[in-house]
Amino acid sequence: MPEALRFLRSGTGGVGLVLLVLVVGLALIGPFFAPHALDEPIGLPYASPSSAAPLGTDELGRDVLSRVLWGGRSVLLLAGIATAIAYAAGLLVGLLAGYTRSLLDPILMRSADVLLSFPALLFLLVLVAGAGTSNAILVIGVAVIQFPQIARIIRSATLAQSTRGFVEAAVARGERTAAILRRELLPNIVGPISADLGLRFTYSIILVASLNFFGLGLQPPSSDWALMISENRSGLTLNPWSVLAPAVLIALLTIAVNMVGDAVARTQEQSALTVGRRS
Amino acid sequence: MTADAIAGDLGAAVRVDGLRVELKTGQAVVEDVSIDVRPGEVLGLVGESGSGKTTTALALLGYARPGSRITNGTVEVAGHQLTGRGEKALRALRGRVVSFVPQNPATSLNPALRIGDALADMLRAHAPNRSRDESVLATLGRVELPPNRAFARRYPHQLSGGQQQRVTIASALICEPSAVVMDEPTTGLDVVTQSRILDEIDRLRRESRLGVVYVTHDLAVVAAIADRIAVMYAGRIVESGSAREILSRPRHPYTLGLISSIPDHVTPRRLRGIPGVAVGVDERPVGCAFFPRCGQRQQTCELEPPPTTDVAARHQVRCFEWRVTPALVAPTPLGESEARPSIAPLLRVERLRASYGGRHETVVAASEITFDLAYGECLALVGESGSGKTTIARCIAGLHEPSAGRILLGDETLAGKAKARSLEERRRIQIVFQNPADSLNPRRRIIDEIARPARLLRGFTRQQAGQETTLVLERVRLPARLARRFPGELSGGELQRVAIARALAANPDLLVCDEITSALDVSVQAAVLDLLGELRRDLGLALLFISHDLGVVASIADRVLVLEHGHAREEGPTRRLLAHPREQYTRLLLESAPRIPEPASTTSFGDA
Repeated sequence: MPEALRFLRSGTGGVGLVLLVLVVGLALIGPFFAPHALDEPIGLPYASPSSAAPLGTDELGRDVLSRVLWGGRSVLLLAGIATAIAYAAGLLVGLLAGYTRSLLDPILMRSADVLLSFPALLFLLVLVAGAGTSNAILVIGVAVIQFPQIARIIRSATLAQSTRGFVEAAVARGERTAAILRRELLPNIVGPISADLGLRFTYSIILVASLNFFGLGLQPPSSDWALMISENRSGLTLNPWSVLAPAVLIALLTIAVNMVGDAVARTQEQSALTVGRRS
Repeated sequence: MTADAIAGDLGAAVRVDGLRVELKTGQAVVEDVSIDVRPGEVLGLVGESGSGKTTTALALLGYARPGSRITNGTVEVAGHQLTGRGEKALRALRGRVVSFVPQNPATSLNPALRIGDALADMLRAHAPNRSRDESVLATLGRVELPPNRAFARRYPHQLSGGQQQRVTIASALICEPSAVVMDEPTTGLDVVTQSRILDEIDRLRRESRLGVVYVTHDLAVVAAIADRIAVMYAGRIVESGSAREILSRPRHPYTLGLISSIPDHVTPRRLRGIPGVAVGVDERPVGCAFFPRCGQRQQTCELEPPPTTDVAARHQVRCFEWRVTPALVAPTPLGESEARPSIAPLLRVERLRASYGGRHETVVAASEITFDLAYGECLALVGESGSGKTTIARCIAGLHEPSAGRILLGDETLAGKAKARSLEERRRIQIVFQNPADSLNPRRRIIDEIARPARLLRGFTRQQAGQETTLVLERVRLPARLARRFPGELSGGELQRVAIARALAANPDLLVCDEITSALDVSVQAAVLDLLGELRRDLGLALLFISHDLGVVASIADRVLVLEHGHAREEGPTRRLLAHPREQYTRLLLESAPRIPEPASTTSFGDA
């Protein structure tokens, strides 16, 4: 089995991947199977499940199933892109700060700490108030909030690796800094990264959802799992499916991401541990 | 059973019979181990990594590591049965009847607890009626630590490594147990401290009639302290007997190989390692586990494990063919170095000064160090930890910037940082690190690791670098099939060979070897040293060999530079310096280094 797929050997890794594929698949191709239009009222608000609307209807009498099938894309896209941007920046800063341990380290890390000191939601509210609501602003805001903590984790993981013999050997060879970061350090911090990645993605979803909840993110009538929960929360007792279905899907998505991340982290740790054990 | 053995039974401090410890999967880590130790006797339990010696040591306390359990056999200490008891009953016995001294005192002492309180805790658990203060101070006195309250109020970090180990010994002794199990108690210590601790253990066991099981990989240490020796290999005791007999006339080919692997600083000799690699727990053969590496194997050896056979009273061996095991030959003293160093200087270090600094204080690691090294020569830097030897090596490799002085390669002054040096300069100096598990990138295949310096420093194409990899792997005597593996799939000795191969791929003039054999088993160390000698002869490679082990240095170096606290103390040709040290410090190092008494002359026994 190739190195990259070894995490599948653990039970949780396999289950996580299957779940992830199912939920992502639903989000991506779901819209093609939606029986109704996104914003078309098909019955009374909060009607119970019927043959026309298998999951009942929402606050405006729209089909919950159709909206659920439509609503995954934005969750995946916004949270996914935000996490990716935050990680790209966090990796660069964390690797550089952790490896060079020069003046760059305190400068980068202290400025990251300044960002860390803003309350996350307050920061987003101010950002949206100032720059207006748009998906781009939303994504950047979430990324900026996530970035400092990611940089910290990457930095400490890098710091632990940077005094190891193979890094010093590369330094003694006179390798360029970029080559050392990419070839020697990055592959060896995949463990902590993959354990952290799932958590970050989950947090991104929560942040995006919070903004949507405040009406500062996606605007109606677009459909989004997080938005659905906030829209339909008053009808929870009338048609529980209108809240439960998107909530369960968000939960499954985050659980799947975390299961895969943890499984990858575990296999990375194990393979790192076996080094030199046999002698 | 001989009368001797029965007499031993009556007052045995430790008696183990048919011990078997197995993993959850049912594989035996330790099998059919029987030992007995009398009061006042030291048993040296010797083995290389993976031999099961630590598992056996822990089993003496009725303990098995998580994931393993004691499934067979009995362990008895001073008449108390430790096997088949519940955890609570065992806790009452541990520390009071049998106690444990761990390898690393720095991690085994609670850093938040004053040492007096740590000792008092033992009393609180086992002897609540004894006066704590008095006993604590008296025990400190017994291990030659200052027996006063001020000292007892210190924290572990305020003590030196040797003092810390004395504290762990004190805590093992304070409840006056009948037996103490020591797991490599001096391995992390400097030779001088080690020799003092060994004297200490020797005195204590006489005074208190302690039965001591001393676990170690170092036969030379065992020679200094043990009355009896049990040699373990692949989970079984392959030979046991009196120290004198085992060290002078080993009957198991493995014991013989081990003894022949040990370098000696008094009679420098050509080392002979044991071919092959020790078998892991999951790959032990049906028959004799030593079979694949054995020079005197017969067909029967492969079919069933050899039974324990009496060679003499209290000397047993587990080998079908023990009668043909050759006698230990008197070491052939190493002649003049076979490599002919030229006169042209390759490297010159002039008044080098290096320090480690924080913002407020700087620690000078090396000062005013001057030496030179000719093409093809091997110079050893010797010293205890903190002597600055590694810092000097790092300066030469361009990993640490000197604060003053010059390093010249040929006629050119080298820049402090490797990055600032020319490609050619970086190519000519290669460094090999102490810890082989750490010096190779665990995420890269061996072939990529070795090909890298050839591509970067010699401008080879991918294909040329691939061919070079095959060549250097052959040079370090590793099979070419290892090239596709990851470091995690190799043993410690193989990894160190790969690290050497990676250095060779740059086609260097100078190999800086920073304690490269100290993490290896002796039999593997012997093979690596042999390889280095071969590389010097064949490639004319100059070596800067950093080591704390005088025996190792004696068997490889042309010249020695002795360092203490960052200062050069003495320099000279190896033979002259080891035979006639001029400096007090060199003499102290030489006297402290443990060694096995010469086998050929029986008269020289006991005075080593």
